[in-house]
Amino acid sequence: MTPTLAHYLIVSGVLFTIGLAGVMLRRNIIIIFMCLELMLNAANLSLVAFSRYNLSMEGMPNYNGQVLVFFIITVAAAEVAVGLAIIVALFRARQTTHVEDLDRMKF
Amino acid sequence: MNAATVPWIILFTPLIAAVVILFFGKYSKPFSAGVAIGAALICGFLSWWLFGQPDATVANSFSWLSLPGGFTIPIGVTVDHLSKVMLVVVNTIAPIVFIYSLGYMAHEEGYWRYFAGLSLFLFSMLGIVLADNFLMMFIFWELVGVSSYILIGHYYSKDSAADASKQAFLVNRIGDFGFMLGILTFWGLTGSVVFSEIFQKIPALETHGLYLAIACVLIFCGTVGKSAQLPLHVWLPNSMEGPTPVSSLLHAATMVAAGVYMLARFFPVLEHVPDARLVIAWVGGITCLAAGLMATQQNDIKRILAYSTISQLGYMVLGVGVAETWDVPMFHLFTHAFFKCLLFLCAGSVIVSMHHEQDIWKMGALKNKMPFTFLCTIAGTLALTGFGFGSFGFSGFYSKDLIILWALAKSPFLGWIAVLTAGLTAFYMFRLLIVVFLSIPRSEEAKKAHESPLIMVIPLILLALPAIGAGWPFIEHIFFKTTEPTDVPHIVHFALLAMFLGGAGLAWALYARAVKDPVFIPLFANRLYIDYLYTWIVKVFHDGLAWLAGWADRWIVDLFVAQIPSKLTWACGYVMRFLQIGNIQAYAFFFGAGVVGLIYLLIAR
Repeated sequence: MTPTLAHYLIVSGVLFTIGLAGVMLRRNIIIIFMCLELMLNAANLSLVAFSRYNLSMEGMPNYNGQVLVFFIITVAAAEVAVGLAIIVALFRARQTTHVEDLDRMKF
Repeated sequence: MNAATVPWIILFTPLIAAVVILFFGKYSKPFSAGVAIGAALICGFLSWWLFGQPDATVANSFSWLSLPGGFTIPIGVTVDHLSKVMLVVVNTIAPIVFIYSLGYMAHEEGYWRYFAGLSLFLFSMLGIVLADNFLMMFIFWELVGVSSYILIGHYYSKDSAADASKQAFLVNRIGDFGFMLGILTFWGLTGSVVFSEIFQKIPALETHGLYLAIACVLIFCGTVGKSAQLPLHVWLPNSMEGPTPVSSLLHAATMVAAGVYMLARFFPVLEHVPDARLVIAWVGGITCLAAGLMATQQNDIKRILAYSTISQLGYMVLGVGVAETWDVPMFHLFTHAFFKCLLFLCAGSVIVSMHHEQDIWKMGALKNKMPFTFLCTIAGTLALTGFGFGSFGFSGFYSKDLIILWALAKSPFLGWIAVLTAGLTAFYMFRLLIVVFLSIPRSEEAKKAHESPLIMVIPLILLALPAIGAGWPFIEHIFFKTTEPTDVPHIVHFALLAMFLGGAGLAWALYARAVKDPVFIPLFANRLYIDYLYTWIVKVFHDGLAWLAGWADRWIVDLFVAQIPSKLTWACGYVMRFLQIGNIQAYAFFFGAGVVGLIYLLIAR
């Protein structure tokens, strides 16, 4: 059985849901951060899948999706750099990575 | 040169002079004075020439504005006996005052501005004199207001002068509004604004007595403002802030005479409306008495003369109300123009030699230092007080007594008021004469005063001659066809003489040796408190309106523009801040829920 577009999209959706659930439910901020990356990669997977299954008249894949994936990888790399730096700074300031302890910004 | 074009030349020469002075006058003092005086002399010469011509009855007008509905506004001149007499008066006095200004204004600032203003003033007045319809008259009526505003406010850096010119303009505006309503009423009644057409249609309208009377009284409002009748007289004494030659011109021939002239022009209608003439007579009678009373307690030499002008204008308006023809009030206007102009120029001469001191209680014993001014003032005073008996007298004797006789014939009560006012006139004028020229010097300036330069004295002498003789019957008959009422008791003549002697004698007894004013009557010194009443009314209404506007601004405008939006924003913010729970995962949940909601909205549609 050759995989179809639907399989890829299901995997992508499962990955995204796992990421979202992780962001909402996990307490450790580093895990949350990793789950965010997971969501980004879920989006990447679906983009590549769309690109692969939307062939043009000449039989070429749609490169728009692949170019967008490169953008996302680049932005994600930059985001990881900034995000980890913030987390390090936060840890130095508060000696914790648990989001429940980081609740000072509220009314 | 013919009788059809000359009125136009007379009308526009001063305007051209004003424009020329406005553009080039600032470079040369003699040039601006020369242009103004030259224009006035041309007008004077042409006016006398025109007076010698037969009355032109040909229509001399062109259509200026045509509105749909058959309403046209012509610009045209009337050259009848009335306007020719008025032209002679205005254009004889104007050059004399202009020449006198050479001396008076020699060391003042704003020389060219002054002469441009004078020329514009003359132009405006000539427009009123020559107008053959109400709208043209109204236009020039307003122009007189504007030019008087410029001239009264000549020393505009002085607050009192600026206020006085504003007051003159605004008070006149009240009267002018009535005048405009009157013009519109007459337009509604007759469908025309041209005098001759209105006059033709009036006899047919006599059944609308009340309507016509109201229209005439509205027209008379214009006179009340311009000729300073009660209750709109307050601007005239304050207009003394202007240079003295302006006061002289304003009081003699140009501004205040316009109101009386308009009534004379309008006389063919008034003849048919006895009710309106009754109102006019009463306003005139009360004004002449009230202003006479106020004049008795003033201390400023020009203000005394100003109240005397109001009083004399009251006589003229009374004359319009009671006399059989317009000749009677116009005769008094004619003589009054000369002697009042003379008195003001004399006052100007005194003021200049006293270094701009106007308080009569700082003057005194000027008769030897200023003999010509003294003699001319005597001539003016005797003319104003109507000195004379039997068949000889000064000019005021003929014209004022004529009005008094007519008043007695028509309404004895008003007549006796006028007789009483004649006594008051004698009292306050001799008070001025005695305090300023006789008695004792009361200040250093009075001791060092000297006669004014020749350029100021010669106009005085030129004016003194008509002030003495303008009323003599053989001169009078050149200009007017007056008739005396028949059924007046002869005792009036003795009463008038007694009033003159009584007033003059009382003034002599009280003031011959007085250092300060021995009489003080607060009611008259404070001008019957009318000015205070107006100040109070204006203050109450003005402050009330300001308070109301402030309240509305604060509680209505601010409520909807500032208060409600700010409170609403604050309330929204207060509600929303409960969402700030500080838990990052809750925020992520809100975000996710929002995205899901958006997707739902996008797809479910």
